[in-house]
Parts: sequence; C-alpha cells; structure tokens
Amino acid sequence: MTLLQLNELTVYYGPVRGIAGVSLEVEEGEVVALLGANGAGKSTVLKALSGLVRPLSGTISYDGRDLRSIRAHDRVRLGLVQVPEGRRIFPALTVEENLELAGFGFGDPRAKRRSRVEEVLERFPLLQPHVGKLAGMLSGGEQQILAIGRAMMAGPRLLMVDEPSLGLAPQMVEYVYELLEGIARQGTAVLLVEQNVTLAFEISRRAYVLQQGRVVLSGASADLEDDPRVVAAYLGTDRGDGDRLASETADP
Amino acid sequence: MSLELVVSDIVAGLFLGASFALIAVGYSMVYGILRLINFAHGDFYMVAAFISYTILGAVTVGTKVDWGNVVWVGVVTMLAGGVLAVAVAKLVYSPMRRAATLSLMIAALGVSQILENGVLNIPSWGSNYLPFPVTPPSAGFTVATVHYTWTQVGIIGIAVVLMGGAYWIVNHTMVGTAMRAVAQDRTAAMLMGIKTDRIISIVFFIGGGLAGAAAIMMSLYYGEINYLMGFSIGLQAFTAAVLGGIGNVAGAALGGLLLGVLESVGTGIFGAQWALLFAFGALVLTLWLRPRGLLGERVGQRV
Repeated sequence: MTLLQLNELTVYYGPVRGIAGVSLEVEEGEVVALLGANGAGKSTVLKALSGLVRPLSGTISYDGRDLRSIRAHDRVRLGLVQVPEGRRIFPALTVEENLELAGFGFGDPRAKRRSRVEEVLERFPLLQPHVGKLAGMLSGGEQQILAIGRAMMAGPRLLMVDEPSLGLAPQMVEYVYELLEGIARQGTAVLLVEQNVTLAFEISRRAYVLQQGRVVLSGASADLEDDPRVVAAYLGTDRGDGDRLASETADP
Repeated sequence: MSLELVVSDIVAGLFLGASFALIAVGYSMVYGILRLINFAHGDFYMVAAFISYTILGAVTVGTKVDWGNVVWVGVVTMLAGGVLAVAVAKLVYSPMRRAATLSLMIAALGVSQILENGVLNIPSWGSNYLPFPVTPPSAGFTVATVHYTWTQVGIIGIAVVLMGGAYWIVNHTMVGTAMRAVAQDRTAAMLMGIKTDRIISIVFFIGGGLAGAAAIMMSLYYGEINYLMGFSIGLQAFTAAVLGGIGNVAGAALGGLLLGVLESVGTGIFGAQWALLFAFGALVLTLWLRPRGLLGERVGQRV
C-alpha cells in the first residue's frame, strides 16, 4: 500500500528553486533512498514533507490524506517524523528530556510517555549510561543515535532520516545503519537522504536520484547500484545533460 | 552614614528589586525563546497598573484597604497582563516570525509607543499622576529606628513565590522543557511535534502575568500611577535581566534584586537623582566585564 506520494512537488526559496516537479512514492514499510549531490534538493523534499517549507505547487498525499493544510507539529502526530540533518538534538536538555519531549505535544499521560522512554532506551542501549547527561556532551555518534531515538518516541510510520552518516566515525556509521535496518524490519517505512551512495543502496529497496532539484533517475536499488548515471549525477560529469534535462521541462 | 540606614536601604532595595525582578523574569523568558528584546514589556506592567487602578477604584469604598479585594484584583491584573502580552505576541510578533531580530525590536518599540499613547488618550486615565485607590496600612515593625511595613514584607514574599513558580515551571515541568527546547532550536522542536506557537504564547502569558503582579504591588506601594511608569522600570528590568544573564530565570531574579539594592544604597549615599546612573552604569559594566551576565554561563539553557 502506498503510504506517501509526492506529485510534481515544486518548492522555491524566494527566487531560488529548491525542487521542481518532484514525484516519488514510499510504500508502507519500505526503505527508499533519496540520493544526489549537495544542493540537489534532497533536504528540501524532507522539509516540504515535514511542513517546514510550503510548496509552490504539487501535492503530498500521506496515508491517503492531503498534507497541505496540516501543520508541521500535527504531521509528526500522524507518524511522519524527521531526523533532521545535523541531528538537531537539544544540546542543553538531558538525554532523557530530549526523549521525553518528543511526543509531549500529543497530550498523552506522563506514564505513557515514561514507558515509551524506557522502550526507546532499551532499544538504544548506547544511550542508557547517558540519560542524565546534557545531550550536547554526547559524541557525534551518540547524538545521532539520540536523534533517531527521539524520533522513535513520536511513533513514526514513515521515518525521514537526513544524512545520518554525516561526520561520524566509520564504526558508528555501521552501528547507526544497523539501527535503521532494525527499525525498518519492524515495519516502519524509511525515507533516507544520504550522500554515501554505497550505504544507501545497501539498506534501501528503491532509490531516487535528484539533480538540480529534479528526479533524474529512479528504480530498484539493486539495478541503480551499477548504473554509471548515478555517479554522473553526483559528480556532475554530464552537467550538459543535466542542464538539458532541466531546460526541457523548465517552468514557463 | 549609619549602619541602620544602610540596612534599611538594602531592605528598600530588595523591595524595589523584587519589582525589577518580576519584570526582568518576563523580559528574560521572552528573550530566551524569541531572541527578542521586548521593549514593550515595561508597558505591559503600566497597562496592568491602570487596569488594577480602575477595578480596584470601582470596588473600593473610602481608602481603607480590603485585602480580599486586593487579592482578587491582583489575580485579575495578572491575567490581564498575561492576556495583553499574548495578544501583542499573536498580533505583532507572530506574523513577523521570519523577520530580522532588529525589525522585531523596532516593532517592540512601536508597541511600546502604542500602549503608552493609547493609555494617554483614554479620558479617565490620561497623562496625570493618578492616586492609587487604596493606601496600605503603615503597620509593621521597627528594627533599629527604621520602620518596615507588613505590606513591604508581603510584597517581597509574594514576588519570591511567583518567581520561584516561574523557575519551577521552566526547569521542572514538561511545558518548561518544551520552552527550553523551543529556545534552543525552534525548528527541531516543531519536528518533534511541539506546538511551538502555543509554547511561545505560554511564555508571554507568564511574563505578562508577572508584570501584572509587579504592577499592582508597586502601585499599591508608591500610591500613584502614570502612563510613562513602564518606561523607566522596563529599562531597569532589562538591565537586571542582562546583569543576571538574559534568558535565565534565576539570573533575572538575582539581577533584579541586586540592581534594586545597588540603586537603593547608591541613592542613599548620593541622592535620588543618581538612581538611573547606577542602573545603567551596572548595565555598561556588565556588558564590559561579563557580557553573558552573572548566571549566564549555561549558554543554551536559555528561557
């Protein structure tokens, strides 16, 4: 069943184009990678999904619902949860406060929130020794795990993860990806933005490649893995082609 | 100068400082969450004073204090201060959420002018000093030839309780945790499902409420009100907030009390015309020697 469907989504930041006519789908429980070089528009897609930027045109349908009129904090409640780029944990709150806060807006009783904190801590044992520490004191990897744990507190049906491997030691990257795989195995759909193509193909079933705000390639990860055009999209070696692609369908 | 006089100046300073502190806490909380120096904050205090003046005037017979009346009017005044602050936040600051900090600050100055001139133009309020409808009794106790009234003691006590309450909310409740989260990273808070607008409104409500409490206390004590009464006290409260470490509730309270004592002792020695010099001298010295303020070391703990 289709959980998320973007149709011809276009986002501008003032006069600057973020994405143009992006269409993509995520099935229930599916892991989908969103690839592309810096500035290709990957994070913009996630921001539009989370309601942080308002699309100029196009539609977002999530669980059969039109998201346009739903505000950012309410989207979280619907299970559309983002782990933002750069982790964005609250550095001057404790690890425990970071966790408990996520989903505080749902109006659940405290006991229920507490038991969810316990569940997340059980699932992310690396956080356990740090519960009382300020989150800002954690290592980068631990902060990334906290950011994922915090998102899990909100009970996602679709977890959007923006560059989870950025700036982490290789071992930590592996650990984080194992966590994400575990989350996906339990039925949570994952929309992964990642610059590390190898990692992304490893974990995802399907992938979309963005270039200059447009989807230039999409398909099963297994097929794309060996497709030279993926590398080209990253390195911009066929920039001429990309430009042509862009101008062919440019907005009037 | 005798020791008793110094002690009495210090006590008077704590009393003055309690009002600075109440206003400074609101200043500081709003700054913490929006990075906005809300120059209209002192005018919330002023408008609240006029509201308490009008209600209390309507229900008071003679000038004898009816404490029951004072208490409920005090609560109403706090609510009015809170509602006014939220209204300003919703009507003026919220639509400007993407504007530069400087634009917000100028908007705050505009709100301040609107409130002051609004009150000035209300016929029964106007520009004169209005005598507050009740005068607290002078009963109290005397220590070493200096007389202290129970009203003074009560006011300091209530101020401490209210500030303690604000501190407790910010640091020991989930709403307070949400305030601190919004202060640190509003977008991330939104992504965690926090209704950030509501949290900001709560901060304004508490800040306005504390200003309302200060308004009725100070009006009761000084016995008169005026449409410009919020201007100077607002600047002093701002100074107190910076002195204590702006964005920090405990710092604002401490800064307020310190500033009150400093002004009171200073004017005791040099004369009342020097009061503001002490306040702004303290501001300059703080910005020079310890810009983050006395308790400002926990950067990021703002609100």
